[in-house]
Amino acid sequence: MLEITKLVKRYGSDEPVLQELDLRVAGHSVVAIVGASGAGKSTLLRCINRLVEPTSGSIKLNGTELVTLKGAALRRARRKIGMVFQGFNLIDRLTVMENVLAGRLGYVNLYQAVTRRYPQADIERAFALLERVEIAHYANKRADALSGGERQRVGVVRALMQEPEILLADEPTASLDPRTSEQIMRLLQSLASEMSLPVLINIHNVAQAKAYTERIVGLRHGKMIFDGTPAAFTREALEAVYGGIEAPDEAVTEPPAASPRKGPRGVTHDDPL
Amino acid sequence: MTTRSSADGERRVRRTWHRPPFIANRALRYGLWLAVAGYLVWALGTLPFNWERIAEGVPRAARIFGGGFPPSFDRADLLFSGFKESLQIAILATLLGVMLSIPFAVMAARNLVPRPVYVVGRAVIIVSRSFHPVIVAILFVAAVGFGPLAGILTLTLYSIGFVGKLLAEEIEEIDWGQVEAMKATGAGYFATLVYAVFPQILPRQVGLSMYQLDSNLRASAVVGIVGAGGIGSTLMNAFGRYDYDFAFAILLVIIAVILVSEGVSGWMRKRIW
Repeated sequence: MLEITKLVKRYGSDEPVLQELDLRVAGHSVVAIVGASGAGKSTLLRCINRLVEPTSGSIKLNGTELVTLKGAALRRARRKIGMVFQGFNLIDRLTVMENVLAGRLGYVNLYQAVTRRYPQADIERAFALLERVEIAHYANKRADALSGGERQRVGVVRALMQEPEILLADEPTASLDPRTSEQIMRLLQSLASEMSLPVLINIHNVAQAKAYTERIVGLRHGKMIFDGTPAAFTREALEAVYGGIEAPDEAVTEPPAASPRKGPRGVTHDDPL
Repeated sequence: MTTRSSADGERRVRRTWHRPPFIANRALRYGLWLAVAGYLVWALGTLPFNWERIAEGVPRAARIFGGGFPPSFDRADLLFSGFKESLQIAILATLLGVMLSIPFAVMAARNLVPRPVYVVGRAVIIVSRSFHPVIVAILFVAAVGFGPLAGILTLTLYSIGFVGKLLAEEIEEIDWGQVEAMKATGAGYFATLVYAVFPQILPRQVGLSMYQLDSNLRASAVVGIVGAGGIGSTLMNAFGRYDYDFAFAILLVIIAVILVSEGVSGWMRKRIW
């Protein structure tokens, strides 16, 4: 259970990026967070594992308050929060196995980390997860030798190695081609139910958000302006979330054509429909 | 051209072009040249050149070079032991310097350490870079006496400064996403350093070490002249005893060794990149 209450994040003295945001995620649901660039999606996710320091408010994960944690207590809390990144953020020069085992860095001591002497149970878990995502045969390959989809699967496995209580995915498919990104979304969806894990996915692609998640949260200017099922995310909701921000000319003048559209379209998000 | 000439026909402009001068102001431009020429004349006129002494020196230089021919390899054992010492100094100083440069480079990287630590790290690097090895060698010879220890200490300090500075700059430009990914797993500071930072700077580190070995070998000959051991000391003794043929042999061997080390390090660096 993740409970976010009155979360505010302000960079310097600018307008807050997140304005008293409330969000509750219970059980093991897959939640899509949609919104234009700059709406605060990424900041929200990064506040949860404190890669970004919240200005005020409260974030509780299964009863533990995360906002006030420091030092070792913060590191212990981070172990329970897996994160998948847009740019994968793998250690390119290390092997796939080392990248996956890095998910255990919060659990092993420095000597074990440096000498790669991970407990046998970790290694077995790593192989099991790699087999689950069908890349176990790459275990000894360098991470940068893999394709984009394979790299993101390594990223997902690394996050799952933490035995997380929640999974955060910050635009996990934005660096991938459409087919591969469908695969990754499907993978996140099925892993969430297999491991009964709540998953928060920041995503630009509204079609994918509707297809692979159970709940959509729409952010605009740091405020939640939509929260509901994919079926309830209508054209009006889409317009409320994205309208007039990314491609103002087109969003206003473009007629709501049902036929395949011609001409230029908004380029900063993939496909909102 | 023929199709377009009708369109541009009316307003034909002269199509000549000159590169705009670096200093736009004409007076300033020629004034600067004049000032440089004036300074040169003044400097040459006022510096104390003793033309009589120079006239005496030319035949003396001819005598030295004459005495150097043919180079004498009669005392090859002395030559060999001198070079062995130089090589040992260079290798030891490189190893020590490169190892010590890593912690100082981390301390001097703005993105990894708090401000006070950064200031200390930068200070160490700046101090060890501010003096030429010969000056440092004079100090160390005074401190620990003639011999290879002074040479090792000198070149170690020199290596820390050079490698540390370039490595710190490399650290400041790493891909921060990998650091975030390690932090997100709950990894501690040093585990993050070992996993997310060091692999990224490794190729640069190896290249710099190779270059530093090369450079230390050269410098070890120079610092020997002020008494810090190695072939430089042998060379100085040969000059002191007017053994110009032996000195000339030493110079030839130095050139040969530098050429070989340059070739080897260039080849190795090419393999690693």
